Amino acid sequence: MKIDFEHHQSAHCENGVISNLLKYRGIAISEPMAFGIGSGLFFVYLPFIKVNFAPGFSYRPMPGKIFRRLAKRLGIKVHHQRFSSPERAKVILDEKLRQGIPVGLQVGVYHLTYFPDEYRFHFNAHNLVIYGKEAENYLVSDPVMDYPTMLTEKELERVRFAKGALPPKGHLYYLERLPDNFDLEKAIKKGIRQTCNDMLAPVPIVGVAAMRWVARNIRKWPQKIGLKKTNHYLGQLIRMQEEIGTGGGGFRFIYAAFLQEAGTLLNNPALTQHSEEMTGIGDAWRDFALDISRIYKNRKSGEDVYERLADQLLDIAKREKEFFEKLKRCV
Amino acid sequence: MKKNQVPQDDGSLAKKNISELCYAVDENGRYTTVHSTGWEAKTLALNESLQLIEERIADTGHAVLAGKVSPIAYYMELHRMDVALLASYVGIHRWFVKRHFHPKRFLKLKEKTLQKYADVFGITIEQLKAPVPNPNT
Repeated sequence: MKIDFEHHQSAHCENGVISNLLKYRGIAISEPMAFGIGSGLFFVYLPFIKVNFAPGFSYRPMPGKIFRRLAKRLGIKVHHQRFSSPERAKVILDEKLRQGIPVGLQVGVYHLTYFPDEYRFHFNAHNLVIYGKEAENYLVSDPVMDYPTMLTEKELERVRFAKGALPPKGHLYYLERLPDNFDLEKAIKKGIRQTCNDMLAPVPIVGVAAMRWVARNIRKWPQKIGLKKTNHYLGQLIRMQEEIGTGGGGFRFIYAAFLQEAGTLLNNPALTQHSEEMTGIGDAWRDFALDISRIYKNRKSGEDVYERLADQLLDIAKREKEFFEKLKRCV
Repeated sequence: MKKNQVPQDDGSLAKKNISELCYAVDENGRYTTVHSTGWEAKTLALNESLQLIEERIADTGHAVLAGKVSPIAYYMELHRMDVALLASYVGIHRWFVKRHFHPKRFLKLKEKTLQKYADVFGITIEQLKAPVPNPNT
């Protein structure tokens, strides 16, 4: 059985799944729109949690948050279910497919056979859609892939019950009820306001303050933990910012696309103007990543390299602070 | 980022015929999506991290050959895991998993326990017990 589900590639898995599921039900919400309404732009620094032997950085909120916020703001009812038994998880999935409902799944990346080896890390917050089953193979629409793929029953069970941080536990979700009409303007404004509040939050591990903290630490790392580890930590920062799923520049370009779309939709030229500014900030993030990668390339070191990187990050933090203060006032 | 500035460097994605989607501005200042095959800056970062993993695998391989740790530690590194993650996959508390790294205790493990580890690593018990591949070759 195969559901007539259209696969669209997207930059980020979560937004892609949301946007694809909604498109299937006839609601045209683009990926940037889903990202913006769900307040996807974020920055968090978790120095006390080690991921791949480096501190945790993230440019987006906790997995699943974007979807939940979007659903709430548009009045969509989404059914979520987790399982303790793999058999039961499979039965429910098959049942939903038989009813003709495309199902979203949270999976671990490590055992996804169609990913290149380099990308197979133990990361459990990837999302994809299952839209059918042929023989013993599930038809998979993974939004970061160019084309739809397939997984066998066993492979799917493996990725659905991956272990580690944020275990999926077979987590599946599907759209249950759609609202008759929704207020897109209100949802957009709410999304923007929350992003501004998040980024300007007076907490050291979140938003602009977290960027400043990272900048301070970049100055300290070379003496404190040595050059090798410092480079590894910075590498983690680039990977989180640029690896598949961000659309470039740590989601800043997707957000700029959202502001542009919102500006046209709400006929608000201020938003369009902010979109351009956000593009500039995204470019600054790209330059930052490029400068970090030069350390690996030239193997040139010296304390001032790290000092300059820290200054660069501080500058971005300053720009984002001013940006979100202004953005907050125009919605 | 302008549409024509989207980097098209050789990345590891291109090998599997995958390209990723980037958001960029076209000539009229409107946002569109552009496929990208990779960007050198992030390939370098990824390679740095993979190199670290390779080093850890090689170091553990040497330690196993020297009789300092059991092959379980080697296969754990090979699968990019840490003790906590391995423990949750095999369903054994991490204190015990750590004990199983001890070569002498490893030799005394029951078939049932060995099977659990072998299943997680996707190998047979014989392969698990066999000497690990020489890291120098």
